[in-house]
Amino acid sequence: MTDPSAFASVSALVRRETSMVYDEGKEYLVEARLTPLANAKGLGLEEYVARLAFDAEERRKVIDALTINETSWFRDHTPYQAFTEAMLPALLEERSTTRRLRVWSAACSSGQEAYSIAMLLDQHLPGGWEYEIVCTDISTQMLERVRAGRYSQVEVNRGLPATSLVRYFTRVGREWEIADRLRERITVKHLNLAAPFPMLGTFDVIWLRNVLIYFDATTKADILRRMLPMLSPDGYLLLGSSETTLDLPADLAASWQRDQIGRVPAYRRASAMTLSRTGA
Amino acid sequence: MRAMIIDDSRAMRSILRRIVTGLDFETTEAEHGQAALDQMNAGVVPDVCLVDWNMPVMDGYTFITQVRANPEWRDVTLMMVTTESEQRQIVRALAAGAHEYVIKPFTADAIEEKLELLGLLGADREVPA
Repeated sequence: MTDPSAFASVSALVRRETSMVYDEGKEYLVEARLTPLANAKGLGLEEYVARLAFDAEERRKVIDALTINETSWFRDHTPYQAFTEAMLPALLEERSTTRRLRVWSAACSSGQEAYSIAMLLDQHLPGGWEYEIVCTDISTQMLERVRAGRYSQVEVNRGLPATSLVRYFTRVGREWEIADRLRERITVKHLNLAAPFPMLGTFDVIWLRNVLIYFDATTKADILRRMLPMLSPDGYLLLGSSETTLDLPADLAASWQRDQIGRVPAYRRASAMTLSRTGA
Repeated sequence: MRAMIIDDSRAMRSILRRIVTGLDFETTEAEHGQAALDQMNAGVVPDVCLVDWNMPVMDGYTFITQVRANPEWRDVTLMMVTTESEQRQIVRALAAGAHEYVIKPFTADAIEEKLELLGLLGADREVPA
């Protein structure tokens, strides 16, 4: 984006509406995502940005376009491995009476994370078990994509094992559609992580990967504070590989206990015993 | 790690070569399945083959069945990289012994992620926080 004041005004808009921080250096990203929107209105980029001040509909589109949605199936691989090999066996034991698991994909983007989890649960849950995956995102456009469960050729190439492609997808024209039996387990809800959460119930595993990095420190702490009661006492919170609870205010950091699960750290609600041990 | 790139398009071989060289693979190339088999019979046995489907002389599907028929090559990983995107063709290639399947067009990330899935990029690319 050539005009710094245009970038600043977009950056301020996104921050105001979502608490996400677009620092200088992200101009290329803003430009890449907004240019198609400006073109659609027949405007130059700077004219388009000026219009945002009084055009709520376009503002909504900008928020949608700038909400990060760069993702692949089984992204980073190791969290999924830890989920299947360690968390799931433990949960199968702990939930053997209810036989029900609830998972939250808390910034679900176009749904690859949620459907990757669904594939694993489909393969590893014993008969008679139920599961629900709640997908939330700030982008209504992304939620529509999750609901549709359709992916382009380029998207299904990204990290999805070919065996899973043929097992869980059907080719429809130039796209691939996820199997109904997985889509039926997905519940889609609009949610701004920076605002108070609606009633969603508690979850056995919360996936909050690669999204906290876009929030300022105060908002990040606030999100992790509000996440605590959303996680069942023996549940797991997964963050991205560059994210941590270590930089939180001391009381909050002590509420989250970091456990090494397989090759990834998982965050768990600290028990009363742990709290007294750490002196919190 | 050694990768053999088997594709009749010189441009495609060059794209794939750049991607896998960037991932620290040494590469050899062949312009069809028979040329690849000839190299392997002469002792150039790669860790992974990136195989196009539609090629003259010997297509990728036949190449895969030939490699799988030779027990000495059982450790060779086979990945189809092809415009062939019919679901039944993918199933057919997997049944014949292909380990992975990438549909053209692809991004460099797609190749990298598939090689990672196949365990060919070395352990722990993600460093725990």
